[in-house]
Amino acid sequence: MFKDVTLGQYYQGDSLIHRMDPRVKLVGTVVYMVSLFLFSNYYCYALSAIFLLVVIILTKIPIIYMLRGLKAVLFLMVFTVVCNLFFTPGEPIFKFWILKLTMEGIQSAIYLMIRLTLLIVSASIMTLTTTPNQLTDGIEKLFKPLAIIKLPVHEIAMMMSIALRFIPILMEETDKIMKAQTARGARFDSKNIIVKIKCMIPILVPLFVSAFRRASDLALAMEARCYHGGDGRTKMKPLKYAGRDIAAYIIMFGYLGIIIALGLLRVFGIY
Amino acid sequence: MPIVTDHLTLVYGEKTNLKTIALNDVSVKIDDGQFIGLIGHTGSGKTTFLQLISGLIKPKEGTVYLDGEDIFDRNFDTRVLRSKVGIVFQYPEHQLFEETVFKDVCFGPSNLGLEKKEVELRAYEALKMVGLDDNAFYQSPFDLSGGQKRRVAIAGVLAMKPKVMILDEPTAGLDPAGRKEILGLISKLQKEQNITIILVSHSMEDVAEYVERIIVINKGKIALDGTPKEVFGHSEELKSFGLALPQVTDAMIRLKNQGINVSTDVITINEAVQELSRVLR
Ligand SMILES: Nc1ncnc2c1ncn2[C@@H]1O[C@H](COP(=O)(O)OP(=O)(O)OP(=O)(O)O)[C@@H](O)[C@H]1O
Ligand SMILES: [Mg+2]
Repeated sequence: MFKDVTLGQYYQGDSLIHRMDPRVKLVGTVVYMVSLFLFSNYYCYALSAIFLLVVIILTKIPIIYMLRGLKAVLFLMVFTVVCNLFFTPGEPIFKFWILKLTMEGIQSAIYLMIRLTLLIVSASIMTLTTTPNQLTDGIEKLFKPLAIIKLPVHEIAMMMSIALRFIPILMEETDKIMKAQTARGARFDSKNIIVKIKCMIPILVPLFVSAFRRASDLALAMEARCYHGGDGRTKMKPLKYAGRDIAAYIIMFGYLGIIIALGLLRVFGIY
Repeated sequence: MPIVTDHLTLVYGEKTNLKTIALNDVSVKIDDGQFIGLIGHTGSGKTTFLQLISGLIKPKEGTVYLDGEDIFDRNFDTRVLRSKVGIVFQYPEHQLFEETVFKDVCFGPSNLGLEKKEVELRAYEALKMVGLDDNAFYQSPFDLSGGQKRRVAIAGVLAMKPKVMILDEPTAGLDPAGRKEILGLISKLQKEQNITIILVSHSMEDVAEYVERIIVINKGKIALDGTPKEVFGHSEELKSFGLALPQVTDAMIRLKNQGINVSTDVITINEAVQELSRVLR
């Protein structure tokens, strides 16, 4: 039942993008997202789309996977697009009850759709090509400077990586418990909401018990191996920029520069 | 309640790049009252097979017949299936959830739509059968020891009075005494109530001692199927599947290689004692 969620799922592979430093991918995703919201301009969008397409091809992941991420947020997308269609002030071209369709509305709905699609696909690319561990490593390293203002960067990263690590385990556990209770005749297909909530108890209680058990086991295991927080802790595989990462940074900021140039030229009416 | 599987195939993660064929074209017949041991290397597909024959997951191809009826047919009443086939998962104590032991054991039979009296009677009987003390009945299941929890969980399935009882490594993580008790209980159920038992175990000694038929699964296929003596006769094949022989059989083979004329189709300690005293006489 959780199978459709691509956001936050790693797709095993060995492409250039997979091997890239997670920091590059994090910064790249942020830069890309910013570039989408700088200008509302079809030329810029076309460039962004081409850029994304090239990255997708480089990842060697079937494009269908990226689109699956879209399915998860389909409702949100339809909702915002419809809102934009009908509630953008402007010259009405079609009126029905309190709804009026405006030219500006259509315009902004299209912009929004393009932006959201590119945004979600770019976020999926990052999570599809980066393991949760790499991701938290990258975040930790990127935000390291904030430790100066007493932000517990290491602890936050550790909490994130543990949480991410536990998601599949807890999902598997839920599956197992559900099967076990189904075998004991529990039914989860009732339409009645109260019956439905009652049905959840045989799943939730064991799930919580096991989550707490695992948490305390993990804490014990960490302590037994002398874990004492981030101070003086070294990494087994420290993140180091390689040539390809530098190149990626250059391409990324080059891309941002071109977008800005394209956008500004349009704003000043050069083309 | 014979169970027949017809060319069962199951694939996990079919649409991803991590495709696993967990079960591949398995056809087998399980007769009433048999005590079957299912063995195989880890990841060979045992748990998958058990979940399929208890109707918890759907096969990609093939089907399962219970008493001649297709359990995956849309018109098949799953409640009948649940009342006839009980499954005890690995670490079944992780499924306990009620406030008291007794209530937890009542969960299964009450889901079958029985009357309250009948439910409580069955729960009481089941708890007695697994040998739990009366004064533990109204404790929280979370306050019991590991072995006691395991028994409560088994009682929870027993109380549904299944005709076929499936157990996935019921003795994992128990001490030797606890293991013997659980296996003794299972064997007693099979003999006294003529329940069909399908037992997954990684202990060849346990399998040799208790079961009457062994099914060996290797990489999702049935590799060997026969009486314990027949199956343990294929020592080379078993080794290639990553399985071992019972220790006494292994010992006999070594004695034979040393030139002592013992028979090697000995699989339990008792047989070994007899055989050795025969040879040494
Ligand atoms: N829910 C699942 N999703 C994906 N793959 C799975 C799932 N469950 C099992 N598998 C895979 O299917 C194969 C068979 O698994 P199964 O659990 O049936 O093995 P098993 O014989 O019970 O092993 P063990 O002795 O370790 O319990 C394994 O390769 C496993 O990785
Ligand atoms: Mg298993």
